[in-house]
Amino acid sequence: MDPGIRVQELNAWFGGTQALHDIGLEIPSRQVTAIIGPSGCGKSTFVRCLNRMHETLPNATVKGKVTISGLDIYGKGVSPVTVRRRIGMVFQKPNPFPTMSIYDNVAAGLKLNGFSNRRQLDEVVQRSLEGAALWDEVKDIMKKKSGASLSGGQQQRLCIARALAIEPEIMLMDEPASALDPISTSKIEDLIFQLKQQFTIVIVTHNMQQAARVADLTGFFLMGKLIELDKTEKMFTNPSDKRTEDYITGRFG
Amino acid sequence: MNFLGIGAIVGATLVVLMPLFLIMGTVIYRGIGSITWAFFTRIPQPVGETGGGMANAIVGTAMIMGVAALIGIPLGVGSGIYLAEYGRNASGNIVRFTADVLNGIPSIVIGITVYALVVLIQHHFSLLAGGIALGIMMIPTVCRTTEEVLLMVPQSVREAALGLGIPQWRTTLSVVVPSAASGIITSIMLACARVAGETAPLLFTAFGNQFWNLKLNQPTAALPLQIFAYAISPYEEWHRMAWAGALVLILSIMATVILVRFATSRGMLKGAH
Repeated sequence: MDPGIRVQELNAWFGGTQALHDIGLEIPSRQVTAIIGPSGCGKSTFVRCLNRMHETLPNATVKGKVTISGLDIYGKGVSPVTVRRRIGMVFQKPNPFPTMSIYDNVAAGLKLNGFSNRRQLDEVVQRSLEGAALWDEVKDIMKKKSGASLSGGQQQRLCIARALAIEPEIMLMDEPASALDPISTSKIEDLIFQLKQQFTIVIVTHNMQQAARVADLTGFFLMGKLIELDKTEKMFTNPSDKRTEDYITGRFG
Repeated sequence: MNFLGIGAIVGATLVVLMPLFLIMGTVIYRGIGSITWAFFTRIPQPVGETGGGMANAIVGTAMIMGVAALIGIPLGVGSGIYLAEYGRNASGNIVRFTADVLNGIPSIVIGITVYALVVLIQHHFSLLAGGIALGIMMIPTVCRTTEEVLLMVPQSVREAALGLGIPQWRTTLSVVVPSAASGIITSIMLACARVAGETAPLLFTAFGNQFWNLKLNQPTAALPLQIFAYAISPYEEWHRMAWAGALVLILSIMATVILVRFATSRGMLKGAH
């Protein structure tokens, strides 16, 4: 029914260096799946392969199959632009468009794709800002102030609102709270809880407590390989693989 | 020790600023006396008659710069955008190399090339040929500085746009370029200021003219040419006019630069930081 994500034999490279090795997994719809692992294990590369962002980097290549509601996004003739319209992404550092107002930031995905009905744009912007729990804070200033004038936590929620506005089916979050203070972090986590009613969410995180708090499933990556993916509870109490246990108990990483 | 250090820094600063002050001082001292209303409204008088001005040269320079801008800005900005956003490959390197070589070509060579390719074919010295010569000179400067300021736009901004399913060309035009607009405008203004005072490329293109010309295909007066012609003349009166012309040229270039600095620092132009 809803789009989950199925990944088969996914490999990714930066030039000659292989960053992902034969990843295969299934991400269920309308749940939160966390990806954890030490720095450089390929977890960011992995989510960037799910919306074809990896290939935008110089010399980056991908091979494999990623299926979203029946569509192989790496299939012949599939345009990365249409794939990305269906999959929202929130990045590690808040990255609002510096020259645009708050309103225009949220509307950007639609406006720059040629959508210009004022009334509908207003509606989408309001709905998205409400969805990102930012509406009350910015509703009076959103047309005057630039996105860059908000605090870091607000900026990140603005980026979430911007991603919501294109009405994606899936949300990818690449360490969305790693640059934020604890209060902003907990706001983002609350938001993830609400968003999973409508979206399939994949979140990369450095922070194991965060994975334990928000995720239904957790996958552990190590050196470009998926070690295991299981219910979060099981991963944190009784992982099947020794390496997962070592990482979770803080023996390395 | 501290005293010595500060002294050295102040001294070095003065040495660096000295040429600028010397130039400004001399030009103002020699030129200010001949700046009259007539200077801006009249055209040159025949030898022996006093009075007259450089109105035709001022307008000529403005028109030549207009043509130059029409050629130099689109090609310079366009190629700069290409280099920054799509040019990390062999063809980008060729463009980059070409721009750098073009930047190093002496301006007189550009003038003579335009003479061969435009003037000889048109059978006329012309305003158009002068504008083409200066426009060509603007391209490499605008191109490379545009590339540099675009590369200063954080990669994360491009990723944000691409991640929303915005096509790359749209990302470039609607997100990246506006973010660098103030830098691009500054680079355009500096390139204009740089070529506005060029004389050599105009010698066999715009050629100069003692009378009014507003036609693209006719030889036209220009401030640097008029200054050159007056400065090498034997007449005291013309020397004074040359100084006045130099003063007007310098002041208008400075005014442009200051205006742009002011506008960009006040964020009056969209995209200024």
